[in-house]
Amino acid sequence: MHAEDKLTYETWPAEPEKSTLEAKNKFLGFWFFLGGETVLFASLFATYLALKDKVPDTTHHLAKDLFELPLTFVATMLLLTSSLTSVYAMYHMKNFNAKKMNFWLVLTLLLGAAFLVLEIYEFNHYVHEFHHTFTSSAFGSAFYTLVGFHGGHVAFGLLWITTLIVRNSKRGLDLYNAPKFYVASLYWHFIDVVWVFIFTVVYLMGMVG
Amino acid sequence: MANPQLNSGNPRVDIEYRRKKSAEEMRHQIVSFALMIFLTLIAFAAVAIKGFSAWFIVPFILLLAVVQVIFQLYYFMHMSHKGHEAPSMFLYSGALVGAITILAFTTIIWW
Repeated sequence: MHAEDKLTYETWPAEPEKSTLEAKNKFLGFWFFLGGETVLFASLFATYLALKDKVPDTTHHLAKDLFELPLTFVATMLLLTSSLTSVYAMYHMKNFNAKKMNFWLVLTLLLGAAFLVLEIYEFNHYVHEFHHTFTSSAFGSAFYTLVGFHGGHVAFGLLWITTLIVRNSKRGLDLYNAPKFYVASLYWHFIDVVWVFIFTVVYLMGMVG
Repeated sequence: MANPQLNSGNPRVDIEYRRKKSAEEMRHQIVSFALMIFLTLIAFAAVAIKGFSAWFIVPFILLLAVVQVIFQLYYFMHMSHKGHEAPSMFLYSGALVGAITILAFTTIIWW
């Protein structure tokens, strides 16, 4: 099949994300990128674990003073649900329904944006209430680098998916843009995978002590 | 064509078969979402109930996270489908290098 083929509901392939050569390459290349991202985040986790609670003196706050369960819980639910809505979007993509796919992608974006707002509030809270900043301690540097990198990925994902929706709003679905939507949804799920480890390793383990 | 088993020559039959397949997949994904929420609740509850020792909670919530990530990878990211041999290799290679890095940082480095 070719990217320029005009397709209908009847002729739409079962795996549009892999039915052209370009799509196959994109699929493979993106998973390679995700393998690299795994290494990137693992090394940030390693740095965080090595520097957790490493502060110069007792005036600095430690992980167990900073983190609060309710905020982390709400953020987790938002991101987890946004992962499900992007699954729905890909379900409609496979059924050749651009309208419904866009609807679920917009919902994904809204949940992702809500998550980001919470994170900005949280960082602001730590800086102003606890004087826990990027430069205040090794703990602060490691914390903001890890969680901030994840937040940066969320922000990039929001821009990426928004761009895809706007750019393809009048085109409908074809074999040129279906792989793009698919790969963006893989990225979004990967952000959620990283968050699962962040809420466990940083927040929950931080509160345990 | 990506799915050779769909070439029955009758598009109506193919579509019905495919709709059934994707509805079935959707069910799997809803079930894994419910399980993921459930695992998250257990992890938060284990920390909120201040009765367990850290020696129990830490490995326990790490295990829950790993299980949840497996659901995310195999159902949400379709790694359970055919044609994911190379992606699995990429991801597991990354995870291996990452695990060694974490091991090194948490055991060799101290202050």
